[in-house]
Amino acid sequence: MVGFGLNGHRVTVQVEAFSSLADVLRTRLGLTGTKKGCNQGACGACTVLVDDRRVLSCLMLAVQAQGRSVTTIEGVGTPDALHDLQREFVTADGFQCGFCTSGQICSALGMLEEIDAGIPSAVADHVAAQPDPTELEIRERMSGNLCRCGAYNGIVAAVRAYAGRERAR
Amino acid sequence: MSTIGYAVPASVEEAVATVAATPGAVYLGGGTNLVDLVREGIATPSLLVDVTRLPMDRIEAADGGLLIGAAVRNTDLAANRVVRERFPVLSQAIVMGASGQIRNMATVGGNLLQRTRCLYFYDDGAPCNKREPGTGCGAAEGSNRMGAILGASEHCVAVHPSDLAVALAVLDAQVEVLGPSGPRTVALADLHRLPGDTPHLDTTLAPGELVTAVRIPSLPMARRSRYRKVRDRASYAFALVSVAVALDLDGGTVRGVRVALGGVAHKPWRATVLEQRLTGGPAGDAAFRSAAEAELAGATPGRDTAFKVGLAVRTVTAVLRQLRDEGGAA
Amino acid sequence: MLARPATRLNPMDLSSMGVGSSIPFLNTDEVLVDGQPVAVVVAETIEAAEHAAGLVEAAYETSELSADFGAALGSATPVKGMPVGPELSGRRGDARAALAKAPVTVDLTFTTPQQNHNAIEPHTTTAWWEGNRLTVQEGTQNLDWSRKVLARAFGVPATDVRVVSPFVGGAFGGKSKVWAGTIIACLAARVVRRPVRLALSREGVYRTVGGRTPTRQRVALGATADGHLTALVHTSVSRRGRVGGGPEQIVACSLDLYDADTILAEQSIVELDLMSNTAMRAPGETQGTYAVESAVDELAVALDLDPVDLRLRNQPGERRPVSRARYSHRRLAETLERGRDLFGWADRPAPGTRDGATLVGWGVAAAIHPAWEFPANVRLTAEVTGQVRLECAFHEMGMGSATAVTQVVADLLGVDPADVAIGYGESQLPTGPGAGGSAQTASIAGSVEKACARLRTRVDALAAKAGRPAGSPVADVLAAAGQPSLTVQVGADDGPRAMVGQARFLGKMLVDSRRWKRAATGAHYCEVRIDADTGELRVTRWLGVFDIGRVVNPRLASSQLRGGIVMGLGMALGEETIIDPRSGRIMNPSLAEYHVPVHADVPRIDVVTLDDPDPTMPLGIVGAGEVGITGVSAAVANAVRHATGRRLTELPMTLDTIHG
Repeated sequence: MVGFGLNGHRVTVQVEAFSSLADVLRTRLGLTGTKKGCNQGACGACTVLVDDRRVLSCLMLAVQAQGRSVTTIEGVGTPDALHDLQREFVTADGFQCGFCTSGQICSALGMLEEIDAGIPSAVADHVAAQPDPTELEIRERMSGNLCRCGAYNGIVAAVRAYAGRERAR
Repeated sequence: MSTIGYAVPASVEEAVATVAATPGAVYLGGGTNLVDLVREGIATPSLLVDVTRLPMDRIEAADGGLLIGAAVRNTDLAANRVVRERFPVLSQAIVMGASGQIRNMATVGGNLLQRTRCLYFYDDGAPCNKREPGTGCGAAEGSNRMGAILGASEHCVAVHPSDLAVALAVLDAQVEVLGPSGPRTVALADLHRLPGDTPHLDTTLAPGELVTAVRIPSLPMARRSRYRKVRDRASYAFALVSVAVALDLDGGTVRGVRVALGGVAHKPWRATVLEQRLTGGPAGDAAFRSAAEAELAGATPGRDTAFKVGLAVRTVTAVLRQLRDEGGAA
Repeated sequence: MLARPATRLNPMDLSSMGVGSSIPFLNTDEVLVDGQPVAVVVAETIEAAEHAAGLVEAAYETSELSADFGAALGSATPVKGMPVGPELSGRRGDARAALAKAPVTVDLTFTTPQQNHNAIEPHTTTAWWEGNRLTVQEGTQNLDWSRKVLARAFGVPATDVRVVSPFVGGAFGGKSKVWAGTIIACLAARVVRRPVRLALSREGVYRTVGGRTPTRQRVALGATADGHLTALVHTSVSRRGRVGGGPEQIVACSLDLYDADTILAEQSIVELDLMSNTAMRAPGETQGTYAVESAVDELAVALDLDPVDLRLRNQPGERRPVSRARYSHRRLAETLERGRDLFGWADRPAPGTRDGATLVGWGVAAAIHPAWEFPANVRLTAEVTGQVRLECAFHEMGMGSATAVTQVVADLLGVDPADVAIGYGESQLPTGPGAGGSAQTASIAGSVEKACARLRTRVDALAAKAGRPAGSPVADVLAAAGQPSLTVQVGADDGPRAMVGQARFLGKMLVDSRRWKRAATGAHYCEVRIDADTGELRVTRWLGVFDIGRVVNPRLASSQLRGGIVMGLGMALGEETIIDPRSGRIMNPSLAEYHVPVHADVPRIDVVTLDDPDPTMPLGIVGAGEVGITGVSAAVANAVRHATGRRLTELPMTLDTIHG
């Protein structure tokens, strides 16, 4: 039995020790917005936020979520109430098939928090909080999220537009 | 259905006792490597002892150096202010490793103990002395662009994939370990081993020993240090060759230098030959290059890895040059 | 339970092309290729199934195998194309003799490795039986082939097989045939008499779904000193699996790119004990354009000519160099010229230019991909409410097909797109075209045009009866006639009329191919930067200018073209399926070790389309899905040549091939 916060609610679910968070979300809790593209931490499609940090739910065991707060794409926005970043993905055509998209969006939200927290990257190893992340910075920090359709330009444009608007507030 | 158990120990001592008492028990950190290895059938633990909730998740300043808990997440170590000021090579090595998501999950201890990415180790359909001792080395005559060029044996040409470990090697880090027979300290340089005829052993840790912390001694020259990772993609790929360098200059003379190489051996490769050659000598391009060549003189590349010898020489030379030319920036 | 399926094309039944391999899954004790499934475990949970599958042990006797493409080249046998479909050879004059006499020549041999599609969604099938009726949910690029192949495999009528595929998580050719996972899921569902879901692991996709063939190609060019091509020789060896696959149209591009005085284009093939090769985004054209466009660039260096000028000097006129068929519409020269201006080619740096520790190079290459049109049955219903519904079993893998078809219907009928509903992604609908050959939108548009015309005729007849003028709004006429709706259909899905339709289609294709050559074309311009110490190659700027006929939706078309370029960058920079010839085993069946491009590998990509309709294609539409990838590797290789002075002839261009 494991209990954790999920998209603002508390859930308790029976799991096996080696069940991944991704499998539990998808098959036990019915949240299929989290996708499995490789099941080995190489594609980023399964990215979710745990305690507001982006992680790979295929490599995280569900039991390790005990007491944590998990946000999946279903908790980011809904078809009726899109998150502003989701809106920017639509505007900038930041996807084609859509399979990697929930991972890209969760990853981008986590990434922007990391920039705000002054966490460095290989592009800017001395970065403090950046007022407006550059394209290079976004590309480097988002490189754990593969898009085989090649919608990278649109994704970067969407993230930049969202980050700029957030900071303008 | 799975036969694997899971335990959350209340203390470091309980964790060690549990693993000691349970055949097949292993420590679980961020899981970024272990979970994959279990899924692939390469690791077959009976019990996962989760050490991520133990009180070893702090970074403390100590005697001009640092004491880093083994459960500290890679991201937090890379972001640490003291690390970035005094040991930039360490922060750089971390952010060039893996992806943002993996760095948020992976622990310091787990990073050091991750296993090789050799294609033949990862494929349970292939011979591999590391995975199944005695089956032979499929990589020796196989596809082996990622293989070792230094310190390999006929039994194994695997390389250690950690970037963090290469930076720690250059910083003379010490690893604190707790085992069934008590605590001990092992130099990072002695933690990993060369394959010899027992390539199934990655490290010198005894069964059941837990890495509890990494200690970095004071090293003023590390303020001028750098990590360079050469890889097949612009990001998110394992190193073909990586280089950690710290350089201390007195005018045009090398007062002190430390170099470690990654992606070339079964362990982080501390370039002691190069360091001896350069120390006290001129900080010139030719000296850098000939010292790097001397370090690589003993290289024994395989069919697909000959390029790594020149690549290592040029990369080391370039990073030394860069650190020298950045001069007063440190 | 399953017969050994044939993988050769049956001209009377094109769905025979939908068989992924001839392996009789679970119905043989012979392992024909590495990765062949030998058992299936069905369980209540995914954890239980994975655990149980890990407990299965199999014992094997070994036998000799031939899996080394390089070593097998000597055993290659020539292949020829069919009267219709992709071209595999061509000859104009005596190219070998002309080459021997040419004042300036280049003669290069190129190798390209196997690549795999790596759609981020792994192949996943959910199947269930109700009596002898089978329902399958999975991502597919060809609902019709899928239902027919499954019907044959399980001995039931095709009309009893329903395939549902509303969204496909990327495909790129990898989901156009029926592979092991689909067959075994259906088989397991029949045995356990319950719905079964089979989700392939990433490794499972690599091992059971084919990839792009490796190639060894020779391109030899002869020219006069002023850059007139006198000879073009392009030969290629590729491989198929003994269990399936076939030639890819590798040399076809050499029949159209340049008007050489003499041309020799030939292909041969070897058969290996490996999984079938299969279509992957612009199969053949991708590898072929890499070789030809690299060689042309090398010729420009040899002639000391600008590579854009050399290309422009040798453009064909109104007719194809070999077959003499007329070009329906050829704007390749214009794409080169537009690109030259937009990229600022006049400011191309000198060869070997350095910027600090990096070498800078600019490259150019042409792109070409034939335009295809496949049969598309559609049903169009107009309602008295003003709503319109268009139904066709087509496929949505991220191209935005439903959006494009909505626009086409709305345009043709003069209605608001908001009033158009589209039914697609399900085999019970009128049979659609496969999503392949960049042909889906054009094929559907052709039938939608017919359907709209039929609807108009019927509506006008109703209008005449109701005393309304011809051309009155459809809804008004239906209201006046007291009719709630009106439906017209184009094409028949099954039975004799379907056979007639197919014969008519093949006949038209044959006539058209003799009369016209239709193609999407384009020009790539790029900048690369190379670390002088390490050889690390980064692509830093990209412009593609394309002629894809009429552009239905600029945003979607640009995305398709960009996506092709990104996949081409992968091919250029890092993609290689590594096969150990000793075992025939793929050694890097993982997204960690098979390097598709990541965000950091991809620069801003500017895309421009001419938006000039092709007069011979439905609504002037030429496909956009594949032309983008053609020529990309060559543009990168040519930029590397410009930066370093080295001509690379092997993909991928990893740093060890650059620094050497």
